[in-house]
Amino acid sequence: MPVFCQLCWSAIVDADGRIYIRNWQGGILSGGFEKNPKPIFTEGKNQLEIQNLREDWDHFEPLLSSLLRRMPVLETLEILKLVNCPETFTPDMKCIMGESPVVQGYFVLAGMNSAGLSLGGGAGKFLAEWMVYGYPTENVWELDLQRFGALQSSRTFLRHRVMEVMPLMYDLKVPRWDFQTGRQLRTSPLYDRLDAQGARWMEKHGFERPKYFVPPNKDLLALEQSKTFYKPDWFDIVESEVKCCKEAVCVIDMSSFTKFEITSTGDQALESLQYLFSNDLDVPVGHIVHTGMLNECGGYENDCSIARLNKRSFFMISPTDQQVHCWAWLNKYMPKDSSLLLEDVTWKYTALNLIGPRAVDVLSELSYAPMTPDHFPTLFCKEMSVGYANGIRVMSMTHTGEPGFMLYIPIEYALHVYNEVMSVGQKYGIRNAGYYALRSLRIEKFFAFWGQDLNTLTTPLECGGESRVKLEKGIDFIGRNALLQQKQNGVYKRLAMFILDDHDTDLDLWPWWGEPIYRNGKYAGKTTSSAYSYTLDRHVCLGYVHNFSEDNGEEQVVTADFINRGEYEIDIAGHRFQAKAKLYPVTSFFTHKRRKDDVELSDFHGK
Amino acid sequence: MPAPTQLFFPLIRNCELSRIYGTACYCHHKHLCCSPTYIPQNRLRYTPHPAYATFCRPRENWWQYTQGRRYASTPQKFYLTPPQVNSILKANEYSFKVPEFDGKNVSSILGFDSNQLPANAPIEDRRSAATCLQTRGMLLGVFDGHAGCACSQAVSERLFYYIAVSLLPHETLLEIENAVESGRALLPILQWHKHPNDYFSKEASKLYFNSLRTYWQELIDLNTGESADIDVKEALINAFKRLDNDISLEAQVGDPNSFLNYLVLRVAFSGATACVAHVDGVDLHVANTGDSRAMLGVQEEDGSWSAVTLSNDHNAQNERELERLKLEHPKNEAKSVVKQDRLLGLLMPFRAFGDVKFKWSIDLQKRVIESGPDQLNDNEYTKFIPPNYHTPPYLTAEPEVTYHRLRPQDKFLVLATDGLWETMHRQDVVRIVGEYLTGMHQQQPIAVGGYKVTLGQMHGLLTERRAKMSSVFEDQNAATHLIRHAVGNNEFGAVDHERLSKMLSLPEELARMYRDDITIIVVQFNSHVVGAYQNQEQ
Repeated sequence: MPVFCQLCWSAIVDADGRIYIRNWQGGILSGGFEKNPKPIFTEGKNQLEIQNLREDWDHFEPLLSSLLRRMPVLETLEILKLVNCPETFTPDMKCIMGESPVVQGYFVLAGMNSAGLSLGGGAGKFLAEWMVYGYPTENVWELDLQRFGALQSSRTFLRHRVMEVMPLMYDLKVPRWDFQTGRQLRTSPLYDRLDAQGARWMEKHGFERPKYFVPPNKDLLALEQSKTFYKPDWFDIVESEVKCCKEAVCVIDMSSFTKFEITSTGDQALESLQYLFSNDLDVPVGHIVHTGMLNECGGYENDCSIARLNKRSFFMISPTDQQVHCWAWLNKYMPKDSSLLLEDVTWKYTALNLIGPRAVDVLSELSYAPMTPDHFPTLFCKEMSVGYANGIRVMSMTHTGEPGFMLYIPIEYALHVYNEVMSVGQKYGIRNAGYYALRSLRIEKFFAFWGQDLNTLTTPLECGGESRVKLEKGIDFIGRNALLQQKQNGVYKRLAMFILDDHDTDLDLWPWWGEPIYRNGKYAGKTTSSAYSYTLDRHVCLGYVHNFSEDNGEEQVVTADFINRGEYEIDIAGHRFQAKAKLYPVTSFFTHKRRKDDVELSDFHGK
Repeated sequence: MPAPTQLFFPLIRNCELSRIYGTACYCHHKHLCCSPTYIPQNRLRYTPHPAYATFCRPRENWWQYTQGRRYASTPQKFYLTPPQVNSILKANEYSFKVPEFDGKNVSSILGFDSNQLPANAPIEDRRSAATCLQTRGMLLGVFDGHAGCACSQAVSERLFYYIAVSLLPHETLLEIENAVESGRALLPILQWHKHPNDYFSKEASKLYFNSLRTYWQELIDLNTGESADIDVKEALINAFKRLDNDISLEAQVGDPNSFLNYLVLRVAFSGATACVAHVDGVDLHVANTGDSRAMLGVQEEDGSWSAVTLSNDHNAQNERELERLKLEHPKNEAKSVVKQDRLLGLLMPFRAFGDVKFKWSIDLQKRVIESGPDQLNDNEYTKFIPPNYHTPPYLTAEPEVTYHRLRPQDKFLVLATDGLWETMHRQDVVRIVGEYLTGMHQQQPIAVGGYKVTLGQMHGLLTERRAKMSSVFEDQNAATHLIRHAVGNNEFGAVDHERLSKMLSLPEELARMYRDDITIIVVQFNSHVVGAYQNQEQ
């Protein structure tokens, strides 16, 4: 039949019908990804034993129906064989590769989610580089084995999650989509309280984090209807949370952050941390240092905040998904010394982020201690009492650039402190907020986050993190040589902040991440994250600008001047929007001036 | 699971396909037999013989049924909707899954489904399931009461304790006795798996405990010191006999509490059959007293199902039982001991708990009834002495114990009261449960191998199958599924909703005419574990 011959060269995918069709030895081959997968665990059996399961026509029936619906003429074809073989799937539909966090030198490449054939070449190349050089030449954190921990290996979890993941193969993947299965595994002690107040949740590394809080009188769209690439239904909700952070005070439960404590009998803790981290950690007790944990090439393995609790002990806060990776890294590079103790205390503390100008009032009222900048300068850490609870670690930072405090509360006090904060905060207009508000705040302040904007191939010099590096702290640290060289030679890419100018938030497609950046009409890189800034009333994207040579496409040095002299456009789904590039956060002067024009009477009302 | 179909160019050979269609075909029937079948009177456990009819309890009075029949024969439309039918069928269903440990199930039992459908009001059947905590193994049992539910209730509460105690080693018995003596916390013996409707009598709990304690104290005293392995068969027989003995003794001794006194008498004067399975690894013991039945579902290599009976009915259909009864009584009673297929012309099961009217001497019966409470004296039935009652006891609770060593092909065990076996053939029971448990795949696996089938033909076949299967998955419980078939099957062996609806909407006083109480437990075995046991020993 001529119709099949025309198909000979291509594979056809019918995503709605969940099937693919391709030429196969003069006939056709068709398969698909069904909505009702049947997980099986091989129980240590040889893969070959389960390579061919019994043909299961009833299971195949929906796929056959859509095949015949798409190509009715196939009805008369004769069946040769139904092949039924299991494939491997992972909890996030991305393969797992890299070095085991527990067995050094043990490399893994598995869980190809049915894409083994198409990904095989690249995955093999990166894994080979990894084994030979110690790192792959591209950022593969999203595929790194260490993004998972033992907590994701429960059979029941895997069973439920892969049943959700597999049908997604042919589903439309929208931004900010959360898996619905395998949830509520790790939760903060405040989970029920927050949930009752309308929290909507997202999950990171098994931990439930609030996205935003739906007010009692507001209805959101049903899950299926909420799928969009445009302005999402939570826009107004997050706006009011951001506004409250700017003008009053908000509380965000940030307990999911990975928390380590490093203590020693002598100076071992300080010495090994000085070697592992780029910033100078020999600071007075009570100070907090933002610092990168760099690899030999100067790239970020982790970006964290470290508080010096006393002479010999440090408290380290890293992103949620660093729990396995950072632990493995520290264990690999810290000297094997019994007088040096590394402890994962993530589960011991509930973290509340009090953001906003009135946070200081709430906290001073609860602690009967002056909290003004004179007494409590920024990036400072003190153990104090809040309410009846003693021993709360209060830190003057918010991960957003806004004024406020992080409270690290031993979990048994969590509910008490939260209740106290909420009741005292009432007169200051306190309310709950979620991670979407935090995200908007930190991106408009040009705060880069590890895992999104920062990765193992970006150095502090490439993202404006010079202040977090002390090249001359008197001690050699991992990555120092690479940074020295980079400082001398210049950087080949630079993280910049883009403010979209002619983008209509209501009508245009939104930027999410991965949009191409054009400089003077030429491709210059991709965005890494973006958010709507309610202060600027504009979309803000972060992204790296490269300088590709016009002759041969080679990368050239990027200077601040190069960034500033360009005209930029961001391409969102084929439509280019003009953008202003900034290397440093928009000054508060600018924002204040904007706000002055639209001050309203309502601003004087209590919230 | 990507499942690519690999196809060659079209070649239609319809005639060959007919072979597949032939095997996969099923019957559609638009017209159904709607008239309720008249169930002959002898299905009732006691003969409603006119001469004795007045002695029966009111709801067993056959004369009322004759009136009822007239009422039922008038065409009436009281159809239940499918959800209503489901809510009736599912009201008593219960499922238990043996918990897995890290994905590895070490028990030979996967779990069980149970359910019961009442015909009597209140239902006289009982069921029990429990895991032995001090020894290995699981106990499951169905109990069919007659002349009230008192005896079956008591047996369902107490029998497993007697069995568990019989199985305990000497040291554990001592430990328990010492704990009771010194008022310390007791070792738990049984983990019950009960439906909320399965109740235990609170009032009699103390009395039952004392009897049980006397039993284990005797076991301790009897111990000769040698730690011989406990024989499960012997333990089961001893437990049955001991419990029946205790029921009888408690009724003779009485109780100062008038409520309890009346209760123990009701227990003793009513009766119950029992069919109990003890499963420990691959060792399956079935102890049966009466006419409930244990049936093993075996899957042959070709996927078909066959039934293996693991118990013998103790009734007139069993030659060996007839023989036994004749031997146990003098020759001149040979004709009267079983009459009209009933023990002394009255009782259908030939072995049972309670029923002291068939066990005690006439003197003892009279004495107990005279000294008993007025309620007992007023009841004509208890006062009535069976005819030709010369050499009691005529009845025993001693069980017949069958041992079966589980094999990987033994997929499940059905324990059910005679209410099920009267309506369905054992082969049908096993096939329906087997096909239900394995789902649609084993039922009629479709394989293309060798046949020439086109995609269009396959598609038609699959669509048809899907339509059929959607009805099977209404039930989440194998026992419910079986009851649905037992009550609603038409002459073609398919569930007929109209029939089901009629059978379930019969008025309370009429239901017993058309069906008996049905109680079913379906135990599913783990073939992997059973197979592993086998391999170990090889």
